[in-house]
Amino acid sequence: MNKTTELFAPGHRGCAGCCDALAAKFMLKAVGENCIVVTPTGCLEVFSTPFPESAWNVPWIHSLFENAAAVASGVEAALKALGRKNDTKIMAIGGDGATIDIGIRGLSGAFERGHDFTYVCVDNEAYMNTGVQRSGGTPFAATTTTTPAGKASFGNLRPKKNMPQIMLAHGSPYVATTSVAYPKDMMRKVKKATEVTGPTYVHVHAPCTTGWGFDGSKTIELGRLAVETALWPMMDIENGDITGVHKIRNKRPVEEYLKAQKRFKHLFSIPGGADIIKKIQELADWNADQYDL
Amino acid sequence: MSSKLCIGGIVEPGSTVINKTGSWRTFKPIYQKEKCIKCGICELSCPENCIIKTEDGYYEIDYDYCKGCGICSNECPRETIEMVLEEK
Amino acid sequence: MSKLTVVEGSYAVAHAAKVCRPDVIPAYPITPQTHIVEELSKFAANGEIGACEYITVESEFSAISALIGACAAGARTYSATTSQGLALMHEVLFNASGMRLPLVMTVANRAMSAPLSIWNDHQDSIAQRDTGWIQLYAEDPQEAADMTPQVYKICEDNKIMLPAMACFDGFILTHVYEPVVLLEQDLTDEFLPPFAPEHILDPSNPKTFGAFADPGVYSEFRYMQELGMSAALKKIETVADEFNEIYGRYYGGLIDGYYLDDAEIVLVAMGSVIGTIKDVLDELRAEGKKVGLLKIRSFRPFPTDAIRNAVKNAAIIVPLDKSISIGKYEGALCTEIKASLYNTKIDIPVLGYMFGHGGRDIPPERIKKIVSEAEKAIVNGITIESSYVDLREELL
Repeated sequence: MNKTTELFAPGHRGCAGCCDALAAKFMLKAVGENCIVVTPTGCLEVFSTPFPESAWNVPWIHSLFENAAAVASGVEAALKALGRKNDTKIMAIGGDGATIDIGIRGLSGAFERGHDFTYVCVDNEAYMNTGVQRSGGTPFAATTTTTPAGKASFGNLRPKKNMPQIMLAHGSPYVATTSVAYPKDMMRKVKKATEVTGPTYVHVHAPCTTGWGFDGSKTIELGRLAVETALWPMMDIENGDITGVHKIRNKRPVEEYLKAQKRFKHLFSIPGGADIIKKIQELADWNADQYDL
Repeated sequence: MSSKLCIGGIVEPGSTVINKTGSWRTFKPIYQKEKCIKCGICELSCPENCIIKTEDGYYEIDYDYCKGCGICSNECPRETIEMVLEEK
Repeated sequence: MSKLTVVEGSYAVAHAAKVCRPDVIPAYPITPQTHIVEELSKFAANGEIGACEYITVESEFSAISALIGACAAGARTYSATTSQGLALMHEVLFNASGMRLPLVMTVANRAMSAPLSIWNDHQDSIAQRDTGWIQLYAEDPQEAADMTPQVYKICEDNKIMLPAMACFDGFILTHVYEPVVLLEQDLTDEFLPPFAPEHILDPSNPKTFGAFADPGVYSEFRYMQELGMSAALKKIETVADEFNEIYGRYYGGLIDGYYLDDAEIVLVAMGSVIGTIKDVLDELRAEGKKVGLLKIRSFRPFPTDAIRNAVKNAAIIVPLDKSISIGKYEGALCTEIKASLYNTKIDIPVLGYMFGHGGRDIPPERIKKIVSEAEKAIVNGITIESSYVDLREELL
């Protein structure tokens, strides 16, 4: 029998090197067993709960793809009404598609209403569960199965939707960005988010071995590169103010991040690819400047 | 599966442990205790929770579940974990 | 004798929901359901529903999703909706019944857009017939109110554990002022035990809800829902009797009849039109016509055996529908009644009519016309199996 004491059990069907499995592990490690987790449809949901098994050692519910935040608000209201809320944390964990695209209405409503829960977006930047289709979280110039690079296209035409800013606009008392590549940073932020009263939001950057096209051993390395190139700034935002920024010690050029993944490989061979890479570098430089990384 | 289905499909917690994912492995991590500085990065970085701390503060690998992703080896600052081709 | 109070139908239902002691009410306003949720929010604001959490959700989709979360966490839940709102819930309706969460929702029946119509018919709930929800239909505000604790008691039974819609006609019943008995709290507490589900979301006993099923078990879970519906067939009857014992009111269980025993012409209907039909039947009986009414109270589960038994001696059966399956040109009652009679020794013609769609009035003359057409059909046979009885040919 497995000797782990972790709340996210082994035996799940995540790919070798899965970012979602790491994220789930860190979140439960941070929050502990006194929590209820709501997960929308997606990779994490599917690979962790093939009937009659479950990787979750905390109470867990999956309803549908676009309603995790609304389900979580119902759980929260029920615990309050039944006098069972106490210190129990409620955490919804959704992918980028469930959060940024199809679930944004329910998420916006739940935050506007001020339910006491934490929503964590584990963002692997495309619909991985259905085979790497583009989402609102897909970065500029990435090739996906619905934004393939071709003779007339360099891949995804649009930059990522800035979801943390949208959640901040709801008046959330705590919004944070982090990455599975920085477990301690991520665990601190998730724990803090669940400790702050009200609707709090943590956006986790999560490199997907299968969807991005890199070896499963590099999940954390890729996440680190996203941060060190300034493409993924990590910060704490409390009551609207940036109160902490992860400083980059050794800033790297974006090429190092891009060339490590198949989804950006075309940029190094197509005509005009250098210009696209330049634009991506400009995005990173803007981040570095804007957030004083 | 012989047990009767529970109404609504309610499932017991942590029950994926019956599914030993070690058979997925192509490469096998070999832990070299003598190089280990007990930093715990490998344990933290394992998506399967199959690097287990032992009583002496070192680690052992639970091969029943290890999928051989190699994150532990990649992240170890002292090259304590070597990935070798699985022999079956 | 219980005290009668003149109130709006919506108030009667909201009050009934209140005395069932719901813990969580997520609701989104939509005509003609609004008065129900407004009344409930007033009760909540005045602290009259205990610690109940009233959630002003941003859509019906989130209303029903919040119901799922709340119910899974062990709360008794209530909401109300109609028409477009119910349609927006469609995906979640399947999910709730599949997860065996006994949600209770009042449906203030209304037509479906387009063309946009805020008025009554049954297309909204009929379109949800395959979602695995129990569906009961009330004929007047008193029955709609009384149906509320009844559906809680039915759907929370541990052999059933299915969600339920208590349907009553929008505007016609939601907005009518009538004398009703407001449900007494003490009687309701006696009638309806607290909600005590076997499994809830609880950190001290962490269960997983909503795992995904492979082809090896999916059909069995669907069949288990069918078993729940089968159990509801009996429970609906016994709960109606128990309600009668405690409150002294009875509307039938799965079905009810009016001049049904010796009827040659059997009209079949649901909802508020029952009242009009009963008045017409009083007149026609006085003229010596053997006309009766089969009231369908439970559309899901569909009371096949009860219907067969009730109509077996009729000369003709006339389902009257406030819904249409476009492409089949008949309403749901017509289709289902016909299907119920097939493969039996009952060989009775079925003559279907559709009327009252999008809020069109159904005057007594229209019922009389239908009866007269049915009389002709007994003699001459049926030429058109199903049609609109109130179609304005001059506009076509």
